[in-house]
Amino acid sequence: MESARIVITGLGAVSPLGLNAADMWSGLCAATSGIGTITSFDPAKFPCKLAGEVTEYKIRDYVPKSLRKSTKLMSKNIELAIIAAAEALGDSGLVTKGIDPDNVSVDPTRMAINLGAGLISCDVEEIAPAVAHSVTDGQFDIHKWGKEGLGLVTPLWLLKYLPNMLACHIGIIHDIQGPSNTITSAEASALVAIAEAAEVIERGDSDIALAGGAEAKVHPIILLRQILLRRATTENNDEPQRACRPFDADAKGSVFGDGAGIVVLESLQNARNRDARIYAEIAGTAQSISINPQYERLEPDGRGVQIAVTKALCDAQIEPDELDLIIPHGTGIPQDDMAEAKGIEAALGQAVADVPVWPTKSMLSTTGAACGGLDVVAAVCAMRDGVIPAAKNCDNKIGGCNLNIVTESQKKDISYVLCFSYTYGGQTAAVVLKKIED
Amino acid sequence: MTHKGTTKRVVITGMGIVCPLGHDVESAWAAMMAGKSGVAKTTIFDASTFPTTFSAEVKGYDFRKFTKRPELHKDGNRGTGFVIGATAQACCQAGIDIETDTPSDEIDRLRMGIYLGAGEGSANSDAFFSSIVAGWDDENHRMDWAKWTLAAQSKMRAMHELEQESNMPPAHIAMMTGARGPVRACLTACAAGTQAVGEAMMMIRRGDADVVIAGGAHSMIHPLGQTGFNRLTAISTRNDSPETASRPFTASRDGFVLGEGAAILIMESLDSAKNRDAKILAEVIGYGSSSDAFRITDMHEEGRGAIQAIEAALRDSQITYKDVDYINTHGTSTTENDSIETKAIKAVFKKRAKQVPASSVKSMLGHLIGAAGAAELITCVLAIRDNIVPPTMNLNDPDPALDLDYVPNAPRRCEVNIAMNESFGFGGQNNVVIIKRYE
Repeated sequence: MESARIVITGLGAVSPLGLNAADMWSGLCAATSGIGTITSFDPAKFPCKLAGEVTEYKIRDYVPKSLRKSTKLMSKNIELAIIAAAEALGDSGLVTKGIDPDNVSVDPTRMAINLGAGLISCDVEEIAPAVAHSVTDGQFDIHKWGKEGLGLVTPLWLLKYLPNMLACHIGIIHDIQGPSNTITSAEASALVAIAEAAEVIERGDSDIALAGGAEAKVHPIILLRQILLRRATTENNDEPQRACRPFDADAKGSVFGDGAGIVVLESLQNARNRDARIYAEIAGTAQSISINPQYERLEPDGRGVQIAVTKALCDAQIEPDELDLIIPHGTGIPQDDMAEAKGIEAALGQAVADVPVWPTKSMLSTTGAACGGLDVVAAVCAMRDGVIPAAKNCDNKIGGCNLNIVTESQKKDISYVLCFSYTYGGQTAAVVLKKIED
Repeated sequence: MTHKGTTKRVVITGMGIVCPLGHDVESAWAAMMAGKSGVAKTTIFDASTFPTTFSAEVKGYDFRKFTKRPELHKDGNRGTGFVIGATAQACCQAGIDIETDTPSDEIDRLRMGIYLGAGEGSANSDAFFSSIVAGWDDENHRMDWAKWTLAAQSKMRAMHELEQESNMPPAHIAMMTGARGPVRACLTACAAGTQAVGEAMMMIRRGDADVVIAGGAHSMIHPLGQTGFNRLTAISTRNDSPETASRPFTASRDGFVLGEGAAILIMESLDSAKNRDAKILAEVIGYGSSSDAFRITDMHEEGRGAIQAIEAALRDSQITYKDVDYINTHGTSTTENDSIETKAIKAVFKKRAKQVPASSVKSMLGHLIGAAGAAELITCVLAIRDNIVPPTMNLNDPDPALDLDYVPNAPRRCEVNIAMNESFGFGGQNNVVIIKRYE
């Protein structure tokens, strides 16, 4: 049976470096960090006051007039996904109902969507008056909540916070009627979603798919959660640009942020038939899991990392030394960076000394379910331009890490890139991209 | 990508359930055969003043009964606790060794995957509400984040916060079973369990795993979950009669009943099952997924998405509607779902629609949200095994507009060789899985 080949034909990225893929790529090439002091709420008492925020946008600019009312049902997670999806589809040249209803060029039933989404916390400011109303003698009173407070909550409140709503809103805007899934594998979600979307096309269930992930992590509850888990740095508040230091000896933890990374996938045949610009091929994918009693961190030997990377290379039918670039997860959490480095080294063998490794979170921050999506967009840009930008903030590699972290920008003809993500809880995911020769 | 062939047959070799009708498959099935209801007054939290005071809770359950390593799972939320019991049962039936570094079941852990329709864990309500109360600046009518931060920091527990993430139940399954193959979690609202099973089948067909531990786990019975559904007016408020509140396809239906639980199916390639001499419970023959792309708040009026998912599943199964012996409906007991689902079945099954038994076990089980599809698929396997279809209970005042054979009020003996399970998620994600008697 002949392999169905799946390619990337559109890119969309919303990140702390900007609202589109071009801004993200130029920021990355200039080694600029999108990390800054939190502005969306007062972080005065937060041990970590830093984040990679996305703030400057008007969602109404991205939603067709007829659906403007639905913007009331959108949490920031949904909004970021909508912006990135619009860019990816626009970039691909496909015309959906959301782009131009009079000149639709796709069969809606042959389009799929598969997005990674995070655990969405509700808007505290929004629900607070109802909670404050339900107080007796200074304490929250569940009886009063049930009787009165609950009624003050806006009727469609829940719908803003269901993770599947990212895909549902985008599906409605662009009329995507084929298979639809929402992956909730935390920080590994986007790469899992891209892998599964490629499988959906491969098995013939759709011709085109939107895939990736989005998450808005700059939220007091979500950030505090990361602080309590000791995943966030609390020592670099005065130096946002230098705060997140993947694989660096001085790393103290990660910084979290907002993002959406979404790509258009299609069968090579579909792309060629419509003369689309083809960025890259999905050459191989794999997932596994780290098994660790301390499951908020990776197992120290990185076994779950190694399994996914090895299997993805095998799926792509390449040897480790054929890789031209690796974009690792690299959060800046020392124990996890070390375990990831060990896992990648175990998978690469001797090739570990030579394959360039370029972590991005020092600039993009850790954007949860969006991470892998942003990295795939960055990988495609690197491949397109033949450039590997310099890793930021890895000034002294952490002892025992044998990865070849690129400290200076280099020109390079890139044929194969490996993107890798893992998450607390242990899920690991790897995707190998291949340059397509015309 | 390396295509490894899509001809592998996929079978079910183990099942486990923890649900409002029991903590194992046979008790839950016996309860359904007796038409029992799992619905009662809510006890998990004080819901006495909420518009809805009842739910379908898992009662008297202790996950420690199912594991030798309870300390590993002690921080897990309700859904994780349920999934531990369901996984232990399913693995036991399938002959998969758990909680050992040296399994003797001849299944390569690198080829054992996990696919769970995993709901988010219950929010820690106490921390959530009390921190807001502490942080609310009543004078200026806004949050004082400094005050909130101090309160929240002292109330929130790191591991309990972590365990709210939807990817945690599969992490616990991996710790129990040693599975190191592809691991995924999805959450497509009420359709997640069915989607997980469908995609798990695809993993095996593609050759990425020999065994996948698949299913769903969820509990939304907590103050915020119930607030959300009450405000949507999606759940029944029949407080004077909880046991009959879930009444799909009746004229008096007024919403679904919020339930909780976990259901796990061991999916396996036929080759692997045969090699190990595993007992085969049923074969999974098809899966279809679609989206309504219509409205966030409503299903498409004609059931366009539902029809597309059903037809995709039939096509994937290489059968026609004429071959289906039983439909396990989504049948939520909401006005909208039950009428549109009926329309969709009529559109696909044409003249035969009224002849195919189509029941809703949610009438007894309540709505397990992310776990619903997997729990209901287990009832499909049992329907095939016993040649008996579970009833739609509480169907005493049929909606005159809804005229399919919903198997009212008593189980029915009839030959079942092929069963179809339908799940439709809020927001318009639809999933259908079809299973068949293994021969």
